[in-house]
Amino acid sequence: MSLEFKKVRSTLVVRVSGEMDMLIADKMRAEIDKRIDDRNIKNLVLNLEKVTFMDSSGLGVVIGRYKRITAKQGRMFIVGARPQVEKILFFSGVNRLVPLYKSEQEVINI
Amino acid sequence: MNVRNYVRFEFFSIPENIAFARSCVGAFASQLDCTLEDVEEIKLVVSEAVSNCIIHGYENNPTQMITVIVSIDDHGVLEIVVEDRGRGIEDLPRAMEATYSSDPTRMGLGFTFMKSFTDDMQVDTAPGKGTTVRLRRSFLKNEEALA
Ligand SMILES: Nc1ncnc2c1ncn2[C@@H]1O[C@H](COP(=O)(O)OP(=O)(O)OP(=O)(O)O)[C@@H](O)[C@H]1O
Ligand SMILES: [Mg+2]
Repeated sequence: MSLEFKKVRSTLVVRVSGEMDMLIADKMRAEIDKRIDDRNIKNLVLNLEKVTFMDSSGLGVVIGRYKRITAKQGRMFIVGARPQVEKILFFSGVNRLVPLYKSEQEVINI
Repeated sequence: MNVRNYVRFEFFSIPENIAFARSCVGAFASQLDCTLEDVEEIKLVVSEAVSNCIIHGYENNPTQMITVIVSIDDHGVLEIVVEDRGRGIEDLPRAMEATYSSDPTRMGLGFTFMKSFTDDMQVDTAPGKGTTVRLRRSFLKNEEALA
């Protein structure tokens, strides 16, 4: 798993690659949280284009970040989820809390 | 019912082995008449069962053993058995409820995924003895299903 970070004004973009399971959950949580706790960051875009697998531990990381971002009145978006990842985001109802978009460009345009 | 193929493996209860276990079972399932989407679902349920052994069964104690047994019978039914000899589950009906988790930071979706992406799930558990999850999923060839 690897993470790439980018800041666009008050939005943190996180590009994830690899498999989101229990092995990487703690590290991912810590790496993202230390950046979203920065008071200049309000919104979070999670780019999952390169995520090839996600289970409930991975979903837990997504929901935890959603809670943290909404606690500071920010918004969160997911972009680029592949079909197998999208399926479990829908199945768990996470898509009702965190809207899904095709690309980073699409989110930036809204 | 004849067993057509059978694999059993055992490993330390560490998170590194979750990907190993799901990849092995995914590769094993590929010999059946299944799609890539089916294989992804199989990998998901294995990941859930093995993660539960590590997190709940052994409470992250890395030196315990998890056993996985996979088999295929001559009707194209895949059976996956995941077993720990850990803490066990006190209240199984409650544990199997969607969104119930004994850990407030978790979603409580593991059993729901296991049930939803298989045809049959059986859980055998006893406090202090351990937990065995048995999952079955049928991959009948289309002609056989119609016959
Ligand atoms: N192998 C096991 N040993 C002991 N307890 C278990 C085991 N598997 C599940 N449980 C219990 O059953 C509960 C529900 O399991 P389930 O996988 O559905 O949710 P979870 O693991 O808590 O959360 P998630 O899977 O969404 O990360 C767990 O919280 C735990 O209390
Ligand atoms: Mg679980």
